[in-house]
Amino acid sequence: MNAPQAFHPLARLLHWTMALLILAMLFVGVGMVTTVSEKHQWLLALHRPLGAAIFVLALIRIGVRLRFRPPALPADMPALMQFVAHASHWVLYGLMLAMPLIGWAMLSAGGYPVMLGHAWHLPPIAPANGALFAWLREAHRYVAYLFFLTILGHMGAALYHALIRRDDVFPSMTVGFPHHDAPLEPPRNVATDEGDATPPSP
Amino acid sequence: MPTPSRKPSHLFWRWCAIGAAVVLLALAFGAVGGWLTPHRLTPQRIVDALQANGGVHPGFRRNHAKGVCVAGYFEGNGAATPYSKASVFTAERTPVVGRFALPGGNPYAPDGSVPIRSFALRFALANGQQWRTGMNSMPVFPVATPQAFYEQLQASQPDPATGKPDPARLKAFFGAHPEAGPFLAWIKTAKPSASYATESYSALDAFYFVDAKGERHAVRWQVVPETKDAAPGPAGDTDYLASDLRTRLAAGPLRWHLMVTLAAPGDPTNDATKAWPDDRTTIDAGTLVIQSEQPQESGPCRDINYDPTVLPDGIEVSDDPLLAARSAAYADSYLRRTSEEAHIPGAAHAASKQEQTR
Repeated sequence: MNAPQAFHPLARLLHWTMALLILAMLFVGVGMVTTVSEKHQWLLALHRPLGAAIFVLALIRIGVRLRFRPPALPADMPALMQFVAHASHWVLYGLMLAMPLIGWAMLSAGGYPVMLGHAWHLPPIAPANGALFAWLREAHRYVAYLFFLTILGHMGAALYHALIRRDDVFPSMTVGFPHHDAPLEPPRNVATDEGDATPPSP
Repeated sequence: MPTPSRKPSHLFWRWCAIGAAVVLLALAFGAVGGWLTPHRLTPQRIVDALQANGGVHPGFRRNHAKGVCVAGYFEGNGAATPYSKASVFTAERTPVVGRFALPGGNPYAPDGSVPIRSFALRFALANGQQWRTGMNSMPVFPVATPQAFYEQLQASQPDPATGKPDPARLKAFFGAHPEAGPFLAWIKTAKPSASYATESYSALDAFYFVDAKGERHAVRWQVVPETKDAAPGPAGDTDYLASDLRTRLAAGPLRWHLMVTLAAPGDPTNDATKAWPDDRTTIDAGTLVIQSEQPQESGPCRDINYDPTVLPDGIEVSDDPLLAARSAAYADSYLRRTSEEAHIPGAAHAASKQEQTR
């Protein structure tokens, strides 16, 4: 196995850019539907072009993921954890594509022009139909909640790798220079602190 | 240099840090969604207040519930093109789907119960953009802010004992809102008209027209009818407006002129309670022609949300705080009634057409 030790730099750039955009998007979405203030208008004006940008970036990102092999998960990770890690990534990719498409179809079904700016608009992708709008609008809401929960889980898992397992997973998406000289199996009876000078207990 | 240990120290605190990061992000999301501030004014609370006053009528709009669909076209004459680059103002025909309605949440309200009629329009521009506007047959709006509108709804909530609003509460509300003076002065003499066709309808809120050079012009618009035989509504008939409209349209199309008033510097754009002085330049931007009517239960206006902030390139919202609130509340009302039509679990169910005609 000659797997890379870190994600391709382009994959890392896309990951962190999209992390910011998607979190911003979820906050914009929940904010704009619950406010009557003037912020409603600019949040709405931000939401649609941002959604279109995330959709395009997600397509590029999946292309990058398929073109450049990602680093393997640590061999000592339990099989179930490995499965959940892989599955959650494909769920996240699916959500990145699904959310903008549901939003676009929802506006189409509501008979709205899908404006991305003052003059720029997308063609409808669903027939104008009030009942279809209602189903898509509710889907947009609940898939957004699912997206947010998946992101919370993803973030928790990344921090678990960084803080508890302290394996190569977190650096492979950040600095890209995992400490690959670290032993695969933790040595037994090591000191509990890196700077700890106390000898191991017998 | 020692080999880094895989077994971390302070395990408890590391787990705490992970938990704190996840919880903080979730809390921030909830805070933006208003879960931590239940008393914040939201679109949902405004629509709840409308429902409290008008009752829940599944499938109907939460305000302007009683109405009728109409269709026709708008023909610009080019007079507004120096002020707005929107293609709707050039000398071309733009198809229009509209809706006449009464204010209030009761779809069975008697036509004579209020002196106000409303007219909503959706212009479908040839370039795929849209212009939606909801207008009312009054010169000014009673209040200037969403908060005041919400308080007005609460003050006019029917007393369960009498079925009518408590006059003392209304008096207290208007006493605390002197900005409603011009509206109250108008409504004192206003009479419920016998026809939708003889009314002028004003957008009330200010907007900006944006010209080809990108310059903004503060405007207000209204449609003024060619039909002038205004009369008070017939006594003893609660549903005369729709039949009057049908009779008139059977005899030929009805016409309005789209009159656009340009603000002078200093005219307020953020206060729908204040009319601009009469001497402001007003241009006749074109003719609105209504050719047909359809029942709102099955007509093309049923599934349109007449959100006044859906605007084409060349028209923009002003700083009027009512506009954002209307957009947000209309969206919530639209979701409620379409969910009822779609029989989404948890939504009240709109009666099907068979059930209604039974």
